[in-house]
Amino acid sequence: MTKFTAEDVHYFANFAKLTFSDQEAEVFSEIISELVEFGDALKEVDTDNIEPMTHPLQMFNVLREDVPQDVLDRDEMLASVKEHEDGMIKVPNIL
Amino acid sequence: MNFETIVGLEVHVELKTDTKIFSPAPSHYGAEPNMNIHVKDLAYPGTLPTLNKQAVDFGMKASMALNCEVADVMNFDRKHYFYPDNPAAYQISQDKRPVGQNGWIEIEVEGKKKKIRIERVHLEEDAGKLTHSDNGYSLVDLNRQGTPLIEIVTEADIRSPEEAYAFLEKLKAIIQYTGVSDVRMEEGSLRCDANISLRPFGQEKFGTKTELKNLNSFNFVRRGIANEVERQEKILLSGEEIQQETRRYDEATGQTVLMRIKGSANDYRFINDPDLPEIHIDQEWKERVRAEIPELPDARKARYVNDLELSEYDAHVLTLTKEMSDFFDATVEAGADAKLASNWLMGEVSAYLNAEQKELHDTALTPEGLSSMIKLITDGTISSKIAKKVFKELIENGGNAADIVKEKGLVQISDEGTLRTIVTEILDANEQSIEDFKNGKDRAVGFLVGQVMKATKGQANPPLVNKILLEEINKR
Repeated sequence: MTKFTAEDVHYFANFAKLTFSDQEAEVFSEIISELVEFGDALKEVDTDNIEPMTHPLQMFNVLREDVPQDVLDRDEMLASVKEHEDGMIKVPNIL
Repeated sequence: MNFETIVGLEVHVELKTDTKIFSPAPSHYGAEPNMNIHVKDLAYPGTLPTLNKQAVDFGMKASMALNCEVADVMNFDRKHYFYPDNPAAYQISQDKRPVGQNGWIEIEVEGKKKKIRIERVHLEEDAGKLTHSDNGYSLVDLNRQGTPLIEIVTEADIRSPEEAYAFLEKLKAIIQYTGVSDVRMEEGSLRCDANISLRPFGQEKFGTKTELKNLNSFNFVRRGIANEVERQEKILLSGEEIQQETRRYDEATGQTVLMRIKGSANDYRFINDPDLPEIHIDQEWKERVRAEIPELPDARKARYVNDLELSEYDAHVLTLTKEMSDFFDATVEAGADAKLASNWLMGEVSAYLNAEQKELHDTALTPEGLSSMIKLITDGTISSKIAKKVFKELIENGGNAADIVKEKGLVQISDEGTLRTIVTEILDANEQSIEDFKNGKDRAVGFLVGQVMKATKGQANPPLVNKILLEEINKR
């Protein structure tokens, strides 16, 4: 049985810039552990000599011609952002 | 203790498509901020990527030109990171099944040829551009978000800063010939990071490496690697260990500066992108793309050396850019002597381009124009000296050398009678020089030749002037 720990929750939450209390992390770790356990059932299937599947649909080569279209209007885009300057989106300085 | 330098390069090249790799927004350098955007580039909920066929073709073409095996089946993966230059919070890239693998290119350093292996070439999307201000904000321009890239990853085969330079020079030439990118470092369409480590000579295991970024020209790559090697050497010699970190080359000081220490923070959590079905590349597709690859720099170079009898060096310089090489070919095609065409392109033409900060297509010079001038030199109509005047006219205003020579009355004077009359006049006016010459001052002849050239505005045939001068002096 794979256990997804509270520490794992903090680790992954960090990537999404989320912060959880230890108590919250504990709750999530139990829920996620159940999901992971559910997935563990797949390990029982013998997959030797089977090509990994990268897509559920048996379709391939869905390609688009290299022709410009459907450009998004800048003013329309900027209307939905909180702040902008000189046509650019203003975000808090991260680094 | 002596250390061996081990370098691997990661080179990003922007592909010259009309639209982005996963959205149909235009993909052109230099547009006003946020004018080339599509809902997909902003990762609006519900939007889906659509793969640009041209980008796949270009990725295949570059892979083939770099001697890679092209995938039969490939797919795209999501590489997750959180930063405002990419609204989706993941970059679509290729992890396990890239478009090209196991390639190589040959470089030459100090007369020694060497193959640098290419581990992989993969397709991916570029991120947007951030402008940082000091008032706590950054400004986001998403024009570049989704621009198709190929990332070219070498094996750790490079052993010196010079080899890194030679590799990039060759890579740039090859990619430029294929036409899939402008490969302009100053516009960011070619970018390079270097992984650098040292190990004692004879040791098989690689040392701890650092990654060097912000290398904005081939020269900075060379200097940055040299500086980083020096830094690592000092640390190792003092008995300390190299820390795995990312460093930045500072152009002002020529030093490398710590950016960040590598740790578990780089967990990209790759997954297959379920929005993009697999790509199956059959033989027919591969052959169609392969047929579009033009003659590459090495093949051209060999042709120049073997068929046109140019020197290795001349052939190398001429083939560095496709534009120069195409121009040379067309000049020879138009009837010019190959050796003279090569001399003019590498000499006067290159000097003019450097001085004016221009490229060939910015000038009025045509291969036919250059060829017409070279033909006049070859048949003795004009001297090399007059040719320089004709050349200036050709490169600035274009046209045909024969017309310019006729218009400006620049035809070389090779008529013995005419020259003898002028020589006699000059000798009459410079008796002292004749005296000097007879007293053993050879330089006096140079002065007299100069006087004749001046009198004929440089149009006299120099060898003939020399011959007549000596004849006339001896008569006196």
